[in-house]
Amino acid sequence: METKKLTCIECPIGCEMEVGVEDGKVVFVKGNSCPRGKMYAENEVVCPKRVLTSSIRARSGEMVSVKTDQPIEKAKIFEIMEKINRTTCDLPVKVGDIVYEKIDGKANLIATTNVGV
Amino acid sequence: MKKKYDIVIIGGGPAGLAAAISAYDHGVQDVLILEREENLGGILNQCIHNGFGLTRFKESLTGPEYAWRFIDGVRERKIETLVSTTVLSVSRDKQVTAINERDGVFTIQAKAIVLAMGCRERSKGALNVAGTRPAGLYSAGTAQKYVNMKGYLPGQKVVILGSGDIGLIMARRMTLEGAKVLAVCEIMPFSSGLKRNIAQCLDDFNIPLYLNHTITKIEGKERVTGVVISKVDENKRPIVGTQRYIECDTVLFSVGLIPENELTKSAGVPLSLKTKGAIVYQNRETLIDGIFACGNVLQVHDLVDFVSEEAETAGVGAAEYVLYGNREKDVIDCKNGQNVSYVLPQKIDRNQKGIVKLYFRVTNTFKNCVIKLKSGEKVLTERKKRIAVPGEMESFLLTEELLAAVNGEIELSLEC
Ligand SMILES: Cc1cc2nc3c(=O)[nH]c(=O)nc-3n(C[C@H](O)[C@H](O)[C@H](O)COP(=O)(O)OP(=O)(O)OC[C@H]3O[C@@H](n4cnc5c(N)ncnc54)[C@H](O)[C@@H]3O)c2cc1C
Ligand code: SF4
Repeated sequence: METKKLTCIECPIGCEMEVGVEDGKVVFVKGNSCPRGKMYAENEVVCPKRVLTSSIRARSGEMVSVKTDQPIEKAKIFEIMEKINRTTCDLPVKVGDIVYEKIDGKANLIATTNVGV
Repeated sequence: MKKKYDIVIIGGGPAGLAAAISAYDHGVQDVLILEREENLGGILNQCIHNGFGLTRFKESLTGPEYAWRFIDGVRERKIETLVSTTVLSVSRDKQVTAINERDGVFTIQAKAIVLAMGCRERSKGALNVAGTRPAGLYSAGTAQKYVNMKGYLPGQKVVILGSGDIGLIMARRMTLEGAKVLAVCEIMPFSSGLKRNIAQCLDDFNIPLYLNHTITKIEGKERVTGVVISKVDENKRPIVGTQRYIECDTVLFSVGLIPENELTKSAGVPLSLKTKGAIVYQNRETLIDGIFACGNVLQVHDLVDFVSEEAETAGVGAAEYVLYGNREKDVIDCKNGQNVSYVLPQKIDRNQKGIVKLYFRVTNTFKNCVIKLKSGEKVLTERKKRIAVPGEMESFLLTEELLAAVNGEIELSLEC
């Protein structure tokens, strides 16, 4: 069995966890202070995912902050960043508006601010 | 324009917005927010990453999303706001002088004032380093503004001095935008940033963090061409022979935040040498009646959730001052004892009811220690603490019964 050390990123406490992995399966999680940490550890050793945040330029020139509405695979972050950097939108735009549908096949890229409203 | 308001709030960041909403909901509707920038929301507008609001909203919001929840709250209540308006001075008798393009210089008389001007970045780190002063040196916050609000990447090969959260966040942000972050140097043996930011901003991208390291020289004529980094000893002096040259075109300084208290001083409000913000009671009233302070102008917070909480306390305090006037106080002084760098509030008024949340920071990293609250030699209460680090603001709840047992002053200390 292999043990891995992880820092939980789900909340500012940042619990230091130890995860036991055998044949690609999680056999134990130690050090988490809540169930969210356990879930994070289990996902992290199998397929790490992150919510990606960035900003895009609207056609009229204003910057609009954006995020993926669910975590995307960590390994695809730079691939998705390229798509984000080619994305634009029209104003007005509101918090939650989709600016790129299913950017990784699943997650939508949504605006995180209001501009021009 | 109107020249008299019940409450004038200076700064339209998360602190100012939350204070306005809570004052309004507490029965004082004649409130005005003055904001220097074109938009409300303060520094959150440039913090486009997520992780805000977990305590308050139980979800992970980005900075702008968090800000909009409060801007919407201000708009729903039709609270008056004046943006692009800079406050120039505040007087003891609660006159606020401000300037904007439309109205020129004008003065408003308030019954109560809430100071919510936030903080700015320390620039000292940049000045202490030997070498030239070429282009390519930025504070991390300025770089954040360029990348996120102007859509412009300030450089390609980056070294970051200081491992505070803004520096860590910018290490990731610049990497995502295609820059190469070569090193993050931290002069202390620990990072002042949150552990989660080390994990998701540095480790995720294999960006090296050098603890006990600093930049000892900056090179380049017109633009930065490189820096020399060195290891430091326990007195933070560079160790000869440990120098290493790193080629880069950009250096970001993330060496801490300092409350922006020029206006506070102009009003003659006494400041704490430790927090660099006003000395306050638990309702966030300063030592001048009717002038309140909250958010980063009072103490540098790690989490905006606590900024909002503190601002609501100040908003209620200001509303009560307007409604009931100045009330007599029965004061307990709060002192920071061993291993504690500051406590806030510095004063507790026993005549104000309710539980008091005492915020504090520790001076170093401590494991398996005990937080002790004493009055004189008497230990009032204690709590075990597995780990305490300077980067994280801690708090301790003081109940009314506990305070009833206090004689004159209390002291909070950490013993190992
Ligand atoms: C560069 C930077 C980056 C940060 N990044 C993060 C982060 O990533 N995560 C995090 O949790 N926290 C971050 N913080 C901390 C963050 O500032 C606080 O959590 C929170 O925004 C503080 O709220 P506030 O309202 O007290 O201050 P601010 O958000 O700074 O708001 C203060 C407002 O007052 C206005 N103001 C100041 N002086 C005047 C004047 N004379 N007249 C009129 N208006 C005035 C300012 O324009 C500003 O809008 C950052 C801080 C800085 C400085
Ligand atoms: S385990 Fe729970 S408490 Fe610990 S960091 Fe993760 S989310 Fe926070």
